[in-house]
Amino acid sequence: MPSILKRQTIREGERDFVNEVIEHGSRIFPKDDMATLRACIQCGTCTGSCPSGRRTAWRIRQIFLKTLTGLRMDALAAEDLWNCTTCYTCQERCPRKVKTTDIVRTLRNLAVREGHMRQDHAKVCQLVFKYGHAVPINDDVKAIRKRLALPEVPPTVHQYPEALKEVLEILEVTGFRALVERKE
Amino acid sequence: MQNYAYFLGCITPNRYPGIEIATKKSLSEFDINLLDVKGASCCPAPGVFGSFDLWTWLVVAARNIVIAEEMKADIMTTCNGCYATLQEANHLLKHDANLRNRVNKSLGKVGKQYQGSLNVKHAIEVISDDVGFERIAKKVTRPLKGLKIAVHYGCHFLKPSETRMHGSVERPTVLDDFVKSLGAKSVDYKDKPMCCGAGGGVRAANLEIALDMTAEKIDNMVDAGADCLMTPCAFCHLQLDRGQVELNEKYGRKYQLPVVFMTQLLGLALGMDARALGLYDNAISTESFLGKVP
Repeated sequence: MPSILKRQTIREGERDFVNEVIEHGSRIFPKDDMATLRACIQCGTCTGSCPSGRRTAWRIRQIFLKTLTGLRMDALAAEDLWNCTTCYTCQERCPRKVKTTDIVRTLRNLAVREGHMRQDHAKVCQLVFKYGHAVPINDDVKAIRKRLALPEVPPTVHQYPEALKEVLEILEVTGFRALVERKE
Repeated sequence: MQNYAYFLGCITPNRYPGIEIATKKSLSEFDINLLDVKGASCCPAPGVFGSFDLWTWLVVAARNIVIAEEMKADIMTTCNGCYATLQEANHLLKHDANLRNRVNKSLGKVGKQYQGSLNVKHAIEVISDDVGFERIAKKVTRPLKGLKIAVHYGCHFLKPSETRMHGSVERPTVLDDFVKSLGAKSVDYKDKPMCCGAGGGVRAANLEIALDMTAEKIDNMVDAGADCLMTPCAFCHLQLDRGQVELNEKYGRKYQLPVVFMTQLLGLALGMDARALGLYDNAISTESFLGKVP
């Protein structure tokens, strides 16, 4: 009996997590694209194509295995999940047409909701909360711009404070600021 | 005269303004007029903010697109990241009415509405399709004869191919053809389509991994005898230029391969002054390369 119980537990987990990933990704992407997750046959073409996996412990095939077997926290807490550069080589080469990279982005979205955002990434978010740019202007570049006969401050949110206000309001409305700052 | 809404993003105006001025100067030679997208923000970066919250990524991207829609001009970018975000967001929103309604509900709070009335293009497309390599070749006054250029495509101009639709991702040719039209030689090198290493938030959180990928790319380009490397993307440009300095400082390497943006190369071939194209504002000196320009 215990072995049957254990088996049922895993099956339950599998279904729940796979559905959760597909549902979460389908907020943005077509549901059929997200459902390609179920088509993974663990062939490893993705890992074999991965430039990050050549030098780190990141194994994209493994994260799909964890996801498909319902190992939710294992998949979401994996530090290596953040070593993917989103180059899409695996997605292009997948013989089952799994939307690997977009599913990785979805898994990362879920990981952030579980509080697994890196400090360095939270810092990048803070720059956007302050300037509306992930890479804001500085005095050195202002001087270069002037020398190149460009306006010292570019015509982006940097030049238009009312536009920056709009962006910041969007970041409130979507709940992004709350998501990032809750985790700091 | 053709107008484009030139979406600057972050890296182009705030780190490599040479890309901005070179793009404006060289394209104006072909009657392409680049307009300011006033009040645009971070695109936001597809592998960074897209990895944190795709919903926020989409709404902020839609706001940027709407500014250009109000200008009644298609968008042009000089960064694969900006291109990826705006092209993908535009694609998703054009094809999903329900998603469009949800996004417009959020945009309504700042008085904006997405219409789906424009196309998002990369500068590569403007140069290859609107201008054309034959026209470029005819206009070249300083052919870059004898120069060996290692072309870097980056990832997000080409991929995912189903959405981008620019043909082969394993063996693209558009940038090689561009280099040839300027009279230079595009050298083949090992693992040419490989990523620069910066994307997906890897540069921000795992710099040593990003740099390891950069080192592999630069090694392969140097082995092929390149005089410089050419990028079409401001973020790759930053990673490949500043990354060499970081590798030299952190690991005692001796990298010094000049990094040139595609429109800077175009400007040079059209006879423009290297200094005015921002070619003296890189982290790695471009002088060894400029010394070889006829």
